[in-house]
Amino acid sequence: MKTKPILLSALGALVFGTAAQAEETITVVSWGGAYTKSQVEAYHKPWIAKTGNKIISEDYNGGLSEVKAQVEAGNVTWDIIDVELSDAVRGCDEGLLEEIDIVDIPAGADGTPAVEDFIDGAIRDCAVANIVWSTIFAYDTSETTGVEGLKDFYDLEKFPGKRGMRKAPKANLEMALIADGVPHDKVYEVLSTPEGIDQAFAKLDTIKDQVVWWEAGAQPPQLLADGEVVMTTAYNGRIFNAAIAEDKPFEVNWDGQILDFDLWVIPKGAPHKDAAMDFLKFSTATEQLAAQASYISYGPARRSSGPLVGLFNDGKTEMAPHMPTAEANLKTALVNDFEFWADNQDELNERFNAWLAN
Amino acid sequence: MSELPPYATTGERIWFYSFRVICGLILFFLIAPIVIVAPLSFNAEPYFSFTNGMLKLDADALSTRWYADILRNGMAAPDAVEGWWSDMWNNSQWVRAMKNSFFIGIFATLISTSLGTLAAVGLSRSEMPYRRVIMAVLISPMIVPLVIIGAGMFFFFSQVGLAYTYPGIILAHAVLGTPFVIITVTATLSGFDQSLVRAAQSMGADPVTTFFKVQMPLILPGVISGALFAFITSFDEVVVMLQMASAEQRTIPRQMFSGIREQISPTILAVATILVIISIALLATVEMLRRRSERLRGMSPS
Amino acid sequence: MAVTASQDMSAGQGTAAGSLTAADGTPLKQRLAQALFRSRMRAFMLVCPLLAFILCVFAIPILIFMSRGFYDNTYERFMPDSAAVLQKWDGGSEPSEEMFAVVAADLVKARSHPDKPVGKVATRVNRELSGTRSLITGTARKAKKMEAPFKDAMIKANKKWADLDTWQALKVAATTLTPAYYAAALDMQYTATGEFKAQDELRQIYVKLFLRTLEISLVVTLATLVLGYPVAYLLSTLPNRISNLLLILVLLPFWTSILVRTTAWIAVLQGQGVLNDLAVFIGFVSDDDRMSLIYNKTGTLIAMTHILLPFMILPLYSVMKTVPPSFVRAAKSLGATNWTAFWRVYFPQTIPGIGAGGLLVFILAIGYYITPALVGGQDGVMISNFIDNHMRSTLNWSLAAALGGVLLIFVLFLYWLYDRIVGIDNMKLG
Repeated sequence: MKTKPILLSALGALVFGTAAQAEETITVVSWGGAYTKSQVEAYHKPWIAKTGNKIISEDYNGGLSEVKAQVEAGNVTWDIIDVELSDAVRGCDEGLLEEIDIVDIPAGADGTPAVEDFIDGAIRDCAVANIVWSTIFAYDTSETTGVEGLKDFYDLEKFPGKRGMRKAPKANLEMALIADGVPHDKVYEVLSTPEGIDQAFAKLDTIKDQVVWWEAGAQPPQLLADGEVVMTTAYNGRIFNAAIAEDKPFEVNWDGQILDFDLWVIPKGAPHKDAAMDFLKFSTATEQLAAQASYISYGPARRSSGPLVGLFNDGKTEMAPHMPTAEANLKTALVNDFEFWADNQDELNERFNAWLAN
Repeated sequence: MSELPPYATTGERIWFYSFRVICGLILFFLIAPIVIVAPLSFNAEPYFSFTNGMLKLDADALSTRWYADILRNGMAAPDAVEGWWSDMWNNSQWVRAMKNSFFIGIFATLISTSLGTLAAVGLSRSEMPYRRVIMAVLISPMIVPLVIIGAGMFFFFSQVGLAYTYPGIILAHAVLGTPFVIITVTATLSGFDQSLVRAAQSMGADPVTTFFKVQMPLILPGVISGALFAFITSFDEVVVMLQMASAEQRTIPRQMFSGIREQISPTILAVATILVIISIALLATVEMLRRRSERLRGMSPS
Repeated sequence: MAVTASQDMSAGQGTAAGSLTAADGTPLKQRLAQALFRSRMRAFMLVCPLLAFILCVFAIPILIFMSRGFYDNTYERFMPDSAAVLQKWDGGSEPSEEMFAVVAADLVKARSHPDKPVGKVATRVNRELSGTRSLITGTARKAKKMEAPFKDAMIKANKKWADLDTWQALKVAATTLTPAYYAAALDMQYTATGEFKAQDELRQIYVKLFLRTLEISLVVTLATLVLGYPVAYLLSTLPNRISNLLLILVLLPFWTSILVRTTAWIAVLQGQGVLNDLAVFIGFVSDDDRMSLIYNKTGTLIAMTHILLPFMILPLYSVMKTVPPSFVRAAKSLGATNWTAFWRVYFPQTIPGIGAGGLLVFILAIGYYITPALVGGQDGVMISNFIDNHMRSTLNWSLAAALGGVLLIFVLFLYWLYDRIVGIDNMKLG
């Protein structure tokens, strides 16, 4: 049993050149598509040029299952991973991630210490955020005009037609309550009571028959382009990409946007921990975060990067108004409460699935 | 019923022809979806339907761009002239997936065919103890839902450090392929005349010589078609891949799975067309072998 | 192996009169038994490598995975003292000061543990009662500074510690050998007092999913039978030359990747797809009101029927080949109508084929994953999709094991039935 796998992996290495990696080759794992591309341009290439190290870029679909399996089996092959906030917190709680010392994080380009430079909540025990993204809703301006706010997403009389929504309770329940008139600062308070959950589901019920459910981030722009839906919730960067890079007449409505972080984490027992840490520090520096914003419309997690954000790489589109963190867009934003979701996601997922099946 | 008797009544005549039409429709249902991907994959537009131009066979409406896309997807510099081939060979996502599919498929087939053939030879001996139970265990990978197999192997392979590695996936696919080898080889052996073995032995051949000189040539067609079944099983497998493979080990079906889930484009149809051609080739080989085997064993071809 | 049947009384030293002996004098019966044993061993040795391989890489891993469905030591491993105390508690009375003290002490220990297991314990308890995750991680942070009386200190840290619910959830989580996951897989709740009660109606889903899985499998089996029977019959009655050609049409889908076939169905059935275009073209439906044939149960049913149809046709065909046509002719000559001849004479003889094909299709359908995942939408997904969901996104591996266990028991029962009725030896491919 023992020799065969070794022999085979040796063969695999021969054919595909997977072994014989230099010591300073790190594996960076992220979400793929336009998002990974923006990281390759803004982080990977300059880091490789600066240090002479190499990077293997891998895609994954989020979640902790692979990290958990690797750490628990003591067979960690990933060095640094781009994760969602709730996973970063949960992974840290369960001891799957290396702790990151705050003093290791460099100050901003203007000299502001990291603790103050990063947006609140962007630095956690085991994770450092690179971007702020948000769940918004969008529509095709050639078909739909006069949308005012989240209320209209639920108004089937004024805007008849199908709606696209992510097949998960997260963000949908919050947006349903906002559309139902719950003030932003009360959303999670209301959602913590059984009546509040009922209220959110009751609101969802009003459009349930008209919903097309999506699962991958690439689907909503496709649904809009194919005319399968009139409006859809989506990740803001994907709609930006379709609108600016692919010239689609899509518009984002920022009312009730749900803000979230993406963060770098290093799994416990990462094979090239030091190099990964170096990459983490390099990529979350002021210039790098600002540079990424010229490839995709996600907001940098450092305040000091804000003024550096300029034009999109097409050379003409001003990025600032497309950022979830833009002043005007933040007014109606809600920050995702990871603590609430860590506590309630099992129950709400079950209830959501049961609701879907009925 | 193969031919209409001359004394058939009008009702019987109507039934005879309508029955054939029904059967024709069912066979059409079986084949049409497989055939339809081929013309659709030449659509110049990024849609899954026939455009007016295509129906008129307008040259502008047809294009091989999706086939080019198969190669170009993931390449560092798809428009460069210099180093195009090595770029394509090393970086193109679909080419990488194809290399993975063949690498994993071939090694998995070798393992399942060698172990499966030995076992089938043992199982078809009348003296085999606990034959029925053991056979049931050996066939079970074909029966147990793949999600459960994938989950069980995932935990076990994580413990021994094989999850997310080539050897891990090869072993997993070897398990999935063995039932097919056993079924085809035992079927071939069931028509095998055991007196040939005794004849060989009485003339002084040792068991190894007997196996390779007498048994093997006769069951070889069964072994090869079993191997092809095992190969196509691995080549088509995606559920275990989803749970146990990292991005590095992506195979064609795995790549198609995320393609269909995330961003459906005619590139998938182009890949599907190529796969259909591969299946036709495999099927033709198996059919040829089956007939050859029946001829060898003196059975009338059927 | 020369055996002489010796009747020589004097040669048979020590053997009873009249028995047969081999050349070396051992009784023939014994020699035969030895020879038989050796050939049995030889046959077994041939099977042995594969059997060992299957057991190691397949059977045992699945059994280990299944054990997660009723064995979960997350709590007991990291908080052993409070687990023992909670086991002694009756689950209904007011929690004692001792219980508060020991939980607080365990939380302190768990927090200083290098593996940081507090999060794992919190996740475990949270499965029994939503909201206890932050309760436990939050209290663990404060536990070090707590002093007796611990009851007041803990309730001060978080008032949820005063609720009986919290303690009952702890007690259930502290049980290592637990029926809680299997109960959850059947939409029930295992309570601290050792009873089972129905899950909150709004969260009930798994029983419904199992029933839907059965329903889809049954419909697919019936559909393949209805479609497969005529084709198999036609194939068995046509001359060999033609039937072989048509058989290839049946075998080609069998050899084509499932993903290719699923993709093909998406292209055919989707809103802007071939079938809808055709229907609009001939005026069957209007352009604004296209049929939704995919990403729902209809899509799952159509695609699965197509994919599994060859598994029905092939066994039916091989049985029908063996039915002599003279029987039907005899029935007709004795005055039976066409229908009677078919129904009373021909059909009963094809029942073994129906059994073989039907069971095989049903077994394969019940564990189906890929097609429902890709074209199932929301009402076309099956239990396998939920097992995968718990494996890869919610990470509730124990619930995945319990759901898998229920499914596996069902599949194995059908497999046993198949072996009884058809016999595994008779399984054929192409």
